[in-house]
Amino acid sequence: MSDKTMTAEQVVGRLRSGMTLGIGGWGSRRKPMALIRALLRSDITDLTVVSYGGPDVGLLAAADRIRTLVTPFATLDSIPLEPHFTAARQRGAFDLVELDEAMFMWGLTAAAQRLPFLPVRAGLGSDVMKVNPHLRTVVSPYADGEEFVAVPALRLDATLVHLNRADAQGNAQYLGPDPYFDDLFCQAADAAYVSCEQLVDTADLLKDAAPQTLLVKRAFVTGVVQTPNGAHFTSCAPDHDRDEAFQRAYAVAARDPQAWQAFTDRYLSADEETYQAAVAAFHEERA
Amino acid sequence: MSSPTTGKTTRAEYCVVACAEVWRHAGEVLAGPMGTVPAIGARLAKLTFAPDLLLTDGEALLIGDVPALDARAQVVEGWLPYRQHLALVATGRRHVMMGAGQIDRHGNQNISCIGDWSRPARQLLGVRGAPVNTLNNPTSYWVPKHSTRVFVEQVDMVCGVGYDRAAEAGPSATRFHHVPEVVSNLGVFDFATPDHSMRLRSLHPGVTIEQVLAATGFALTVPDEVPYTREPTSEELRLVREVIDSKGARDREVPA
Repeated sequence: MSDKTMTAEQVVGRLRSGMTLGIGGWGSRRKPMALIRALLRSDITDLTVVSYGGPDVGLLAAADRIRTLVTPFATLDSIPLEPHFTAARQRGAFDLVELDEAMFMWGLTAAAQRLPFLPVRAGLGSDVMKVNPHLRTVVSPYADGEEFVAVPALRLDATLVHLNRADAQGNAQYLGPDPYFDDLFCQAADAAYVSCEQLVDTADLLKDAAPQTLLVKRAFVTGVVQTPNGAHFTSCAPDHDRDEAFQRAYAVAARDPQAWQAFTDRYLSADEETYQAAVAAFHEERA
Repeated sequence: MSSPTTGKTTRAEYCVVACAEVWRHAGEVLAGPMGTVPAIGARLAKLTFAPDLLLTDGEALLIGDVPALDARAQVVEGWLPYRQHLALVATGRRHVMMGAGQIDRHGNQNISCIGDWSRPARQLLGVRGAPVNTLNNPTSYWVPKHSTRVFVEQVDMVCGVGYDRAAEAGPSATRFHHVPEVVSNLGVFDFATPDHSMRLRSLHPGVTIEQVLAATGFALTVPDEVPYTREPTSEELRLVREVIDSKGARDREVPA
């Protein structure tokens, strides 16, 4: 079986400007932040980003890499509004395809199952139909004759997800309470890249865990990257909680251009190792 | 500090009781409170008159006990990750209480953005699950600061679907649509009018009809007789003050 391990830089080397890119996790939870940071160090831009948005969306919006965003929200969870997302929307920085949370899920599911759409009740009567004039409805062919929204498949050129463990072949495991939609993202994408807290031997995946923790199957994975603390500053239970102090610092900096420049210089201008060292220094200064 | 059971009932406590009442006849469904006062209300309902309610820990677990607001549950009775949560909504076995950046007289709610959607003056959260919620399970609203900025003639982006918009969209939209109540820091509101427009159902003690009308940006239906929101029982006050919210988080959301 093929060894799919690679570096974050090699993942980014396979991405292209103009791609439709799915990003796993939810809000400020288990986001593939190390891969996002690597993406920010490249020149890739003009992306269509498909995400239950958190700071992944914020960072890409701040760096002006998004042409179109497909999302039901962007939030930092403990801080309700994602500051870069709100600022980017208010300056008209990208096109928005605003979908309901369930519509988004069924769009990913349709893409994973190679269907052009799936029917949902959600969306009818709401302005989601108005701000997305491409959305169509479909009438049940059965006796009920009900009309539903035909949520189009959210097919992805590539996707980035972060899980707790993976093996070199791309079998990936979540150990926290929620799988989010990471398996769907992988199935909906032509190429899926999994970062993980720790790369382990296949035989060790179930040493201390139940089989249903094995979320992502290798048949849907193109590359695997070990990135310890790679979801930082979002949560990656049980390996690490959200770094609330750092997230606050991020949110404060995001509201002021000069402070954001300083934040970028300190944390985002060099490689991942430098980032993690700067985060450690941030906490030492506060100790 | 007022006595656990005899001190004067605060506005926040009337709001807690009003929110709890939303779930009185909900049955064996998931209570989905968003906001501090609704979270206290849902716990109070479960501890008293609605023991069959299901509650989450705010993430993927259904909890089997009723912990204090800031405490971890000791008992887990089920698993509800987001994918199951969204699917549960479509079963209808949930009564959610959402917030509202704006709400209009037909119960349309907006949490997405203020101003023109294409380039908003103020971007908020996004639509989140408001469209799926309102078409599938009972959806009530909580507004901690009742004002003409929130209670508007027309919302800027319909996220949660109100009665007029559901009717326009047709039978698929109205089939399971139900907006039972809106609770604010001033009173309780419902849509029990012939055209399903918003009606003042009760005033929290200490609030006048004039105050409500001045803080509402549309023509609100006011019946001839408007009752006051009911008093909490002494046991309810004890549960709120000593068990669920001993640190007074409710007072930060609804100052006295």
